[in-house]
Amino acid sequence: MKRSKPTNSANQSSPPVRPVHSREDLRELQRTMANALFRPLTPRWGMQKSWTDGRSTRHVAAEFIKPNDRLSSFERLEIYNRQYWFRLLDCLHDDYPGVRAVLGTKKFTRLATAYLTKYQSNSYTLRDLGDRLEQFIQEEPAWTTPHAILAADMAKFEWAQTVAFDGPSKRSISADDILGTSPDELTLCLQPYLSLLLLNYAVDDFLIAVKKNDEDALRGEASNAIHSAPRGSSRRKPVRLPKKQQVFLAVHRYDNQVYSKRLEAEEYQILTAIGRGETVAAACEAAITQSTKTDLNWTDTVKSWFDVWTALGWFFLPR
Amino acid sequence: MPANQFNGFTDYGIGIGLRVPHFRHILAEKPVVDWFEIISENFMVDGGRPLEVLDQILEQYRVVQHGVATYFGSADDLDKTHLRKLKRLVRRTNTPWLSDHLCWGSVDGRYTHDLLPMPYTFAVAKHTAEKIKAARDVLEVPICVENVSSYAEYHASEMTEWEFLSEVVELADCGILLDVNNIYVSSKNHSFNPYDYLDNVPHHRVGQIHIAGHSKFEKYILDTHDHPVLDPVWKLYAHAIKLTGNTATLLEWDDRIPTFEEVHREALKANKFRESVVAAS
Repeated sequence: MKRSKPTNSANQSSPPVRPVHSREDLRELQRTMANALFRPLTPRWGMQKSWTDGRSTRHVAAEFIKPNDRLSSFERLEIYNRQYWFRLLDCLHDDYPGVRAVLGTKKFTRLATAYLTKYQSNSYTLRDLGDRLEQFIQEEPAWTTPHAILAADMAKFEWAQTVAFDGPSKRSISADDILGTSPDELTLCLQPYLSLLLLNYAVDDFLIAVKKNDEDALRGEASNAIHSAPRGSSRRKPVRLPKKQQVFLAVHRYDNQVYSKRLEAEEYQILTAIGRGETVAAACEAAITQSTKTDLNWTDTVKSWFDVWTALGWFFLPR
Repeated sequence: MPANQFNGFTDYGIGIGLRVPHFRHILAEKPVVDWFEIISENFMVDGGRPLEVLDQILEQYRVVQHGVATYFGSADDLDKTHLRKLKRLVRRTNTPWLSDHLCWGSVDGRYTHDLLPMPYTFAVAKHTAEKIKAARDVLEVPICVENVSSYAEYHASEMTEWEFLSEVVELADCGILLDVNNIYVSSKNHSFNPYDYLDNVPHHRVGQIHIAGHSKFEKYILDTHDHPVLDPVWKLYAHAIKLTGNTATLLEWDDRIPTFEEVHREALKANKFRESVVAAS
C-alpha cells in the first residue's frame, strides 16, 4: 500500500512530545499508559492528580494523549483508568463472593484494590486474576483484620473452585488398572483439578449459605464491553460468620460440576501423601499410625475410602 | 456475492455471540442460527464444563473464534502460552477464520485486560503486522483484525485510524473484522466522518462485520454492547455492506443480555441490508 502523508487531523495538537518510531518507543508509551491505568482510583472513582514522581498527572497525560474539544488529555486517560479498575474489581467481586461476604463490600473493595496494586495481572485471562489473593491476605493481614485467617481460608477455597471448574484432567484409573499391583509398590497421581485443603473454618457451609440464591455462572470475557463502578453493599441480611473449626476438604469436579467433599483427617493425610509421591502402603501406614481413632476397622475403612476416591476419578497413573 | 479469502471463502450469513446466559436455551431448543462466534479465551481452558458445552455446540453449529487477548499491538512478543492454547482451540473448532483486535493490552507481561488504542505510526504498523503474520504462521488459519472503539488519541500518531488499519492489513496480508459500531463510537469521540473511514479501507479484505449497541454520555460515547443496534449504526452497516458485498455479520451483545430470541431477532435485522445487496448485484 502506498504510504499516506500525515493527515492534518493527526497533527493539530501542539506538544511534539513522544515520537513512536521504534518498538522501544512503543514499549515506553505503553509502559506509561499502563502505569496510569494500574494506579488506584481516588475515593470518588477518579484518576489520581499526582503522578508517581510527584508531577501533575495532567502534565504527564498531556505528554502523550491528545485533548479534544470536549475532554482534556487527563479526562481521556481517566476513562481508561476507570474502566481498568471497574473491570477488574467487578471480576474479583464475582469470583470471590465468599471473601466479600466475610469482609463486607467496602472492605473487600479496599482489599481487592490493594491486591491488584501489588499483584498486577500476569495472565491473559481474567480467570487467573485471584490466583495470588490468598497469598496477599497472608502477606498483608491488615486489610482483612480481624478476619484474616477466615478470609485467607475462603480465598483458598474459592480459588480451588476455579481450578476444579476448568483445570486439566487425566484419564482416571479403574480398579482393573491397578489389579495385581502391591500397595507397597503402587504410586498414584492426583487429578490436577483436585485441591486438598486444610482449613481453620467451615468455609464450605458458609459459602453455600452466601450463594444460596445465586445461580451457577460460567466466566464470560466479552469483547470491548464496558464495566460500571463496583456495586454498593447488599441490603440483604449478612450470613453469620462461621466459628473456628478445623476442616479437611477436597475440592473437585464430577460430571463437570464443581463439588467440595469433607474428608476425615486420615483421608486428608493419605491423599496428600499420595500426592507427594509416596506409595499407597506408606501413605496409609503413616496416617493410621498417627491417628488417635482406636475403634475403627482400618482395613475396611481405608478400602471404602479408596473405592469412593476411585469412583470419583481422583487418581491417575504416573507415566 | 462470494465471500473472500480472509474469511476462508465462506458465506456464513448472520451469527450470534455465544454467551453464558443462552447456553441452556441453545442446547435444549437447538434454534436455527447460521453460526456462533465464541470468545476464544473463554474456551482456552484445560477441561471441565466450558469445553463440554463447546463440544455440544460444535455438534450442531458452525463456530467462529474471536479473541480478546492476542494483543497484536503490544510491544511485547506474542504470549507463547496463549498462542499454544489458541492453536489447540482452533483445531477443536475448525474455525474458518479467526479474529482479534487491532490494539494492545499488555506490557512487560502485565495485563490490563482492555483493548487499548495504538499510536498510528508506520513503525507501529510494521511491528503489528509482523506479529499478525507470526501468529498466522503458528495458527494456520486466516486472521482478521478488528478496529476497536477508542476514547483517546496519541500525539505520536502520524495518520488516521483507517489509514493505520489499511497499512497494517496490507503489510500483514490479513483480513479485517470491520466493527461498524466501533467506527461510529470512535467517530463521535474523535470527530471524524465515519463514512470516510468506511470508504477508505480495503473492502476486499473485510472478512467479517460486527454490529452492536452503545451508550451516549455527555462528552463521549462508550461501547457498551448492552443495547440494540442504533439507527446511525444500521445506516453505516448498510453502507459497509454495499462496499464489501455480502459479508458474514455478527451482533455483539455482552452486557444486560436479553433472551436468546431477542438477540437473534435483532441480529436478523441485518438480513434486510444483506438482501438488498444481493438483489442489487
